[in-house]
Amino acid sequence: MKHFKKGVATLLVAASLCAQGAWAQGTLRVGMTAADIPLTTGQTDQGGEGMRFMGYTVYDSLIEWDLTSADKPSALIPGLATAWSVDDADKTKWTFTLREGVTYHDGSPFTAADVVWNFDKLLDETSEQYDSRQAAQGKSRIPAVASYTAIDDYTLEIITKTPDATLPYQLAWILISSPAQFEAVGKDWEAFAASPSGTGPWKLETFVPRERAELVPNTAYWDETRIPKLDKMVLIPLPEPNARAAALLSGQVDWIEAPAPDTIPAMTGNGFVISSNAYPHNWTWHLSRTEGSPWNDIRVRQAANLAVDREGMSALLGGLMIPAKGFLPPSSQWFGTPTFDVRYDPEAAKALLAEAGYSLENPLKVKALISPSGSGQMLPLPMNEYLQQNLAQVGIDVEFVVVEWNQMINLWRAGAEDPSVEGAMSINFTYFIQDPFTGLIRHLSCDLIAPNGTNWGHYCDPEMQGLFDQIKNTFDAEEQDAVMRATHEKYVNDALFLMVTHDVAPRALAPNVKGFVQAQNWYQNFSSITME
Amino acid sequence: MHVMARDLIYLRTATVFTYFLRRVILMLPVAFGVSVICFMLVQIAPGDPLTAIMPVDATADEQAAMRAIYGLDKPLPVQYAIWIGNLFQGDMGKSIATGRPVADEVFGAVQNSLLLAFSAAVIAFPIGIFLGFLAGYFRDTLLDRAVTAISIAGVSVPNYWLGIVLVIIFSVNLGWLPSMGAGPGGSQDWAWDWLHMRHLVLPAVTLAVVPIGIVARTVRALAGDLLTQDFVTALYAKGMSRGDVLRHVARNAAATALSVMGLQLGYLLGGSILIETVFNWPGSGFLLSNAIFQRDLPLLQGTILVLALFFVAMNLIVDVAQAAIDPRIKRS
Repeated sequence: MKHFKKGVATLLVAASLCAQGAWAQGTLRVGMTAADIPLTTGQTDQGGEGMRFMGYTVYDSLIEWDLTSADKPSALIPGLATAWSVDDADKTKWTFTLREGVTYHDGSPFTAADVVWNFDKLLDETSEQYDSRQAAQGKSRIPAVASYTAIDDYTLEIITKTPDATLPYQLAWILISSPAQFEAVGKDWEAFAASPSGTGPWKLETFVPRERAELVPNTAYWDETRIPKLDKMVLIPLPEPNARAAALLSGQVDWIEAPAPDTIPAMTGNGFVISSNAYPHNWTWHLSRTEGSPWNDIRVRQAANLAVDREGMSALLGGLMIPAKGFLPPSSQWFGTPTFDVRYDPEAAKALLAEAGYSLENPLKVKALISPSGSGQMLPLPMNEYLQQNLAQVGIDVEFVVVEWNQMINLWRAGAEDPSVEGAMSINFTYFIQDPFTGLIRHLSCDLIAPNGTNWGHYCDPEMQGLFDQIKNTFDAEEQDAVMRATHEKYVNDALFLMVTHDVAPRALAPNVKGFVQAQNWYQNFSSITME
Repeated sequence: MHVMARDLIYLRTATVFTYFLRRVILMLPVAFGVSVICFMLVQIAPGDPLTAIMPVDATADEQAAMRAIYGLDKPLPVQYAIWIGNLFQGDMGKSIATGRPVADEVFGAVQNSLLLAFSAAVIAFPIGIFLGFLAGYFRDTLLDRAVTAISIAGVSVPNYWLGIVLVIIFSVNLGWLPSMGAGPGGSQDWAWDWLHMRHLVLPAVTLAVVPIGIVARTVRALAGDLLTQDFVTALYAKGMSRGDVLRHVARNAAATALSVMGLQLGYLLGGSILIETVFNWPGSGFLLSNAIFQRDLPLLQGTILVLALFFVAMNLIVDVAQAAIDPRIKRS
């Protein structure tokens, strides 16, 4: 009997160890491109990377992106809100039903009052939880929001300034921090940053500014399918591409973001895996549409688009790009069926330029703003020099104005008419095009002409404005997608940009990293990953 | 006789003290000048600290509001007065990009750079002195030419390139040493054990290469010159042993060698942006490069000021040490 008991006990211990083993799937160490750990208090900084590693990991938003599939573009799914609808009679009044039974990492329950508290954190400068750093990041993401009220614990009402059907996309930016934790750490965001609390699938365990952050699974996460399988995920800022590659190759990290194309053969040769996928990223030239700009002529714009040998550029980047067929990537749900075929056809380009009065002997001379590096810029100098060569071959002589990235952002905000752009007629910019606003509206809307917004080229067209209004007033998701497609078709048919390429978010993984599904999104799901 | 010796010691101490005091007083305008220049330099550079903390499509109104919150809308002299006023109260302000106190950021990073700088100095100075002395003593021999070649290579080879090569050999190919970071768990739990110190090896060796070259060349020139001087011949003529003569030569070379090494230590303390970037070492150079890219004005100003003051202080220490060793310097 004694032996039997001992045997049972051994079995139980073994079983419990096995059960633990099901969760205990190792530590993943990630080398990020950011130079610092993204802001840990809720609303992150460091752009898309910040949201990817410190936003949707530790926190949730009311509405989230579906990150489960690599094969189709991501769409919005319920997050901390389970359902939402707009009032039939008053299209500015939205009602959100919130998820019940969700708790923060500190154990406090999530309610509608917390959402109001979080909006105040970003929008109400008089509130005690107002945080200028989070506000700087978050306020401009929710331009539609006028007011918000908790109707009961699980019902929230939001009133928008004008009818705006893009509100759900805006809310996907806003991450919910724990009011109870803020209270517990003495109402101090700096203290909160060291021991943050959200409702996300990961909990921040250790945080050393500029050096590392360690995340552990939130085993009480409300979506059981997204409880992380790893024991731990360590985030390490490694901004220098060579240092990142060396850290991976020497086994100090298991995963790096954005490996430099020239290091990829060394990685694949050593058994490392390169993961990549289409995602809503754009590498383009915005064209000045101010008075006297040569880009006001559609023939010139189309000619430039036909002059670019995108396949040749792809070879330059080791195949890590998607040649542009439009403004949005070809796999986007909003691509539509434009009639202007964005392709490499230098003869057609020359013919169009000849119609416009330019030739190889009498080339069009333009200045273009470019930067030697920057967020999402891929390899800007060789890529732009390649473009310069392509354009010269059809009769467009480009002179570059090269500025450092931080200053480039200022020139991007200043707009084509500002004297600081030194007469440049285009700007090579790269960005997030994941939702209706960032994807289409902000680039060409009349009310967002720079410096008021990022309509850099001062374009304003009543038909396009009509389409934007329609996007904002179409509350049925499918119908809204159809308007988005029509808008994108106009973008392409009118050749409103020099459409060049899309990044594919390459990342290099050690051979023992398993289970990662790279979604067609700026953010990713790390819960499915295991280490073998 | 006894009283006279005591008086002399007193006089000498008093003179060194006066010298020290004079130099400290002279440091104040230098520090003020440094603060003004670093404030202005940062302001002149194109760019905007708000770009680091706001999405690119923040509207003009939102940017203006944020500018006001951070006090960036005030005239430059007012901004400077606020900054220097807070500085006198021991407040270096908060980083715009991270919101963390600048003092915490700077002193944390400076500590890491100190660790790296002293490690590099411990490697570089003895090797540099030894090689330089060998070359000077055996002037115009094969050994001299070999040392000269090493020291010229040390000064000429871009050290970030050398860093990358060392990483490829010792981290990637051989797997002996880590390629980045200041310890397995970051710099905050630094310990003097092999687990941590192995992180120090490659960056310290890389950083030591330039000072090895400079110190070796200086000591070679000094030793070579001194060994041909009349007093050396006189000492030999008096029957002094070779070891004792070399001690005299070393004493005469010390002041100049010390000043060169002091300056080198100053450079090392400043942290190397390139080396710290290549090895992802969380020091002041790494911090500075981040602050520059983000145009994080308070952090940039704080870091430059602390580093500049370090350099000034280093110069002061070297000068005082020189004066203490070599009485001729006080007289001049």
